[in-house]
Amino acid sequence: MSRDAENREQFRPDGHDNEHFLLTTVVGSYPKPKWLNRANDLAEDPDSKFTQEHLHEAHDDACRVITHEHERSGLDTVVDGEMRREEMVEYFAHRIPGYEFNGPVKVWGHNYFDKPSVVGEVEYDEPWLVDEFEFTSDVASKPVKVPITGPYTLASWSFNEHYDSEADLAYALADLVNEEIEKLVEAGATYIQIDEPALATTPDDHAIVGECLERIVAGISDEVRIGLHVCYGDYSRIYPELNDYPIDEFDVELCNGGYEQIDVFTDPEFEPDLALGVVDVHTAEVETVEEIKENIKQGLKVVPPEKLTVSPDCGVKLLPREVAYQKMENMVQAAREVEAELDAGEIDLDAPVPQAD
Amino acid sequence: MTELVSTTPGLYPLPDWAKQELSDLKGHQKHDLISGNEGADIVGAYDRAREEVVSEQTDAGLDRVVEGQLRWDDMLAHPLTVHENVETGGIVRYYDNNNFYRDPQVRGELTFSGDVAAELDATADLLGDESLQAVLPGPYSLSDLATDEHYGDEADFLDAVSEFLAGEVDAFPEHETLFLLEPSLVFSPPGEDVDERVPEAISAVSDATDADVVVHTYWGALDEKVYAHLMDADVDAIGFDFVAGDRDQTLYNVNEYGTKDDIALGLVDGQNTLVEDPATVRERVEWTLDNIQSQTFDTAYVTSNTELFYLPENRATEKLAALAAATEDELEVEA
Repeated sequence: MSRDAENREQFRPDGHDNEHFLLTTVVGSYPKPKWLNRANDLAEDPDSKFTQEHLHEAHDDACRVITHEHERSGLDTVVDGEMRREEMVEYFAHRIPGYEFNGPVKVWGHNYFDKPSVVGEVEYDEPWLVDEFEFTSDVASKPVKVPITGPYTLASWSFNEHYDSEADLAYALADLVNEEIEKLVEAGATYIQIDEPALATTPDDHAIVGECLERIVAGISDEVRIGLHVCYGDYSRIYPELNDYPIDEFDVELCNGGYEQIDVFTDPEFEPDLALGVVDVHTAEVETVEEIKENIKQGLKVVPPEKLTVSPDCGVKLLPREVAYQKMENMVQAAREVEAELDAGEIDLDAPVPQAD
Repeated sequence: MTELVSTTPGLYPLPDWAKQELSDLKGHQKHDLISGNEGADIVGAYDRAREEVVSEQTDAGLDRVVEGQLRWDDMLAHPLTVHENVETGGIVRYYDNNNFYRDPQVRGELTFSGDVAAELDATADLLGDESLQAVLPGPYSLSDLATDEHYGDEADFLDAVSEFLAGEVDAFPEHETLFLLEPSLVFSPPGEDVDERVPEAISAVSDATDADVVVHTYWGALDEKVYAHLMDADVDAIGFDFVAGDRDQTLYNVNEYGTKDDIALGLVDGQNTLVEDPATVRERVEWTLDNIQSQTFDTAYVTSNTELFYLPENRATEKLAALAAATEDELEVEA
C-alpha cells in the first residue's frame, strides 16, 4: 500500500498564484562549479597546503551557491546539488562501518569506481547527512529534499564478503537508512528521496526493494514525504508491483524515451503520487516551456493533478551548468502555466494529450 | 589420476598505475577507447602493464599464463571493435553487469586482423619455460555481442565470426591451451535454428590450433539442449561455472550427457573480493570431481569462473595465488 500522500500541501509556497499545485522538484545532483573540482584536486594533492578543512569550506560555499541557484529557478523544493558527493555508493560506504575500499574497478573504458567491499556487519555510527541537511536548510528559504542512495543499490554495487545473500545485506542497510531518516526528521527534514538505480538492471528483485522500503519507513511519520527514484529501465517489469511499495511518490525517467512507457502505468490505477521526468538530462538542448507543458500533460494520463510532481528525468550533473539551470527554470514556468490552464478548465483530464492519429 | 592445472580466463584488471596513466593518455570518452593503431606512449604503457601481469602469474606459480587482455576496453567484444570493417556504435551493457562496451557494428567482411596475435607474440617473448594460454571470445558470444550490418543472416554471421576467429588463431605463436569464452551460451542461449550450428562454429576455431582447447561457460548452468549440442564440438574440455551457476543443473548435464576427457572448473569467484582459501578451493575441486560419477578426467583446469577485471587489482592478484596454491603439491586427487 502506498503511504498517505496528503503531505504534499506543506510544500505549496505562500502566495502560490494558482488553485492547482504541481509540486516542482529535482532529483538531486547538479553540475559542480569549476573551482570546486579544482579544490577537490588540491585537497588530494599531498604537496598542497589545501587542507580538508579548506575543502569543507569549499563544499559549504558550493552548496550555498547551488541551493540559491535552485531557488532562483523557482523550484518549490530544493537540493544542495550533492556538491559534497563524488559518487553515490562510495559516499555512503565511507560513512558505514563494515565497508572497506580496495581500489578502483572498471565501469567502462577508463572510467572507474571505487567499488567497496562489505567485510563485516554494517553498522550505524555517526549520522551521514544531518550536518549537511542542517547547513542547506539554513541557507534555503524553500523546503529541502534529501536524496539518499537506497539500500538495494548500496548492496548491489558493492562486493558482499560477509552476508549470506545480497538481500540480507540490503535489509541490514535498510535498517541503517531508517535510522538515518529518523535523525534527519529530528533535524527537520520533511522530504526524503530514496535512489534505487540498481533496480532498473535487476527488476526481478522488486520484492527485495519492497521489503527494504518497509524497513526504511518503519516508524516514520506520514507527514514526511518519501519518494523513490528509479531510472533507465523497463518499468513494466516492476509495475504494478510498485503500487505495494510504502512510498508517497514514485519518480521516473520517461522524457528521454519520449514517454513510450507512460501507458505502463495507466492500468491498473497508479497508487502513489507520480513524480514525472519532464526534461531530458542526456541532451544539452533546452526544452521550450511549450514542450515541457506537453510532457507534463503526459503525467495527467496517469494521475490527477493533485498527485503529480514534476522534475527532471534524473540528476543533471552531466549537463553544462547554464543548461541545467535553464531547464529547471523552463520546467517551473511550464508547471505554473499548466496549473493556470487547469484552474481555467482548459485541460481535458480525460484526454490531456491529443491522441495520435 | 587427474592432473590439476591452475589457470584463469584472462581479462585482468589494469594495474592501478596503468589505469591512471592510460586514462591520462587516452581520455575518458567513447572515441578515446582502443582503436588498434595507438601511439608509442600508449603502446609503451600497455607493454609495461603486460609485463607486470605476466610476472604476477609466473610469481604466483600458475600453470598457464595469459596475456591479460589489458587492451580489451570492450571486453570480449574487443577482437571486433578494433577491426577495420567494424564501426563502433553506442555504449551498451555487458551482460548483467555494471559494465559497458561499444557496440561493434560489422559493416564489411571480417578479414584477418592479427591484433590478438600481436599481443600473444609480445607475451611469448616474456616467457621462459612457462606455458602460454591464448584467450578469445567463442564465436557464439562474439556474434551475440555484435551487430551484423553486413552478412544479413544470423547463421551466416556466426559462420563468418567463426572463420574470422580461426584465421586469428592460425597466426598465434605457439601456445599450450586456448580458452574460448562463451558466456552468451548461458546468458542468451541460441535459438532453435542456430543451436546446432554452434558446435560447428566452435570446432572451426578449435581446428585452427594444435593446442588443447577449452570452451568455458559462465553466469549459470547451460540449458540442457544447448549443452547436448555443445558436446558435439571438437574441443578438449568444457568449462563450467560452479560459483554463480546452478550446480545441480551443471552436474545433471555432465552426468546425463557425459563431458569431454578434460574439464575446466570455475571455482574461484571472479566477481567478489573475498579471497578463497586454497584448501577450500581444493575441497571444492574434489567435491565436484566426486560428484561426476560418469567419468574420470585426464586434466582438470582450476580457474576463476569469470574474467578478473571486475576486481580491484590487489584482490585479483591474491586470487591468482589462491588458484596456484590450490593445485600445488605432487598430491593428485582420485576422481
